[in-house]
Amino acid sequence: MAMQLQFYLLLSAALFCIGIFGLVTSRNAVRVLMSIELLLNAVNINLMGFSNFLDPGAIKGQVFTVFVITVAAAEAAVGLAIILAIYRNRQTIDMEQFNLLKW
Amino acid sequence: MNLAEGVQSVSLIILSAMLIAAALGVVLLSNIVYSAFLLGGVFVCISGIYILLNADFVAAAQILIYVGAINVLILFAIMLVNKTEDFKSIPRRWIRNGSTALVCLGLFALLSTMVLITPWQISTTSPAVIDNTMVALGKHFFSDFLLPFELASILLLIAMIGAIVLARRDFIPDISVKSSELTSTALTLPERPRELTNTGK
Repeated sequence: MAMQLQFYLLLSAALFCIGIFGLVTSRNAVRVLMSIELLLNAVNINLMGFSNFLDPGAIKGQVFTVFVITVAAAEAAVGLAIILAIYRNRQTIDMEQFNLLKW
Repeated sequence: MNLAEGVQSVSLIILSAMLIAAALGVVLLSNIVYSAFLLGGVFVCISGIYILLNADFVAAAQILIYVGAINVLILFAIMLVNKTEDFKSIPRRWIRNGSTALVCLGLFALLSTMVLITPWQISTTSPAVIDNTMVALGKHFFSDFLLPFELASILLLIAMIGAIVLARRDFIPDISVKSSELTSTALTLPERPRELTNTGK
């Protein structure tokens, strides 16, 4: 039973690294948002593992997970709206051509 | 959970393998629609992991919010920007991808050594000490997490209004309206939607 917490933490670390790889290398803007969702889910697995193994009496990790899910929903809605607005102006969703904020 | 130890371990291993495979598919597949459906698979696997972690309410919320709302939203966005453009190739792109992969592998090595050498204070009480996690979560929400709970509702309202404002089509005022027409059509909006741009090829 003592090994299980480490297993969950390693799983979430692997998911986090996959998400960062997708976040940096993908060129489709929608795929970048999917990678951000992967990152948030990795953090959620971490919180749930800590909540179950280190603090089973007061499940505060689950409370934090619910808040993270809420913020992720808001982030997805606003992010997809921003992508739609940029697509309407630029006619592309290639991340390499989004140089609006480039100095 | 009242499952046996072996059943839990086997299901955890199967769920983890499916999770990692689906996450790699999300990142690496070239067709974005396949990626979106595999993302739904990732969310379902994570929900199963939550059930293994004695969190039934959060597992149900994960299915409802992620698979039911966020994944559908992403699919709608993919369909709205459905333009199969072949991205211009960039010179020395493989150097960028390779260095990113190296950095990610290094980060994973760092995190895994940190996880494995840290002496975690594993609680000795049984993880299934709470019968009904929904009641415990409700008590937390309305006692010591009341302010973040209320702020979350305000955040959701702000996000909803912001998404509507950002995704709305621009309105261009019609400047050729004479004053006599303006009085006759006083109940209509003095603006008209912009012409649809031709996004086809």
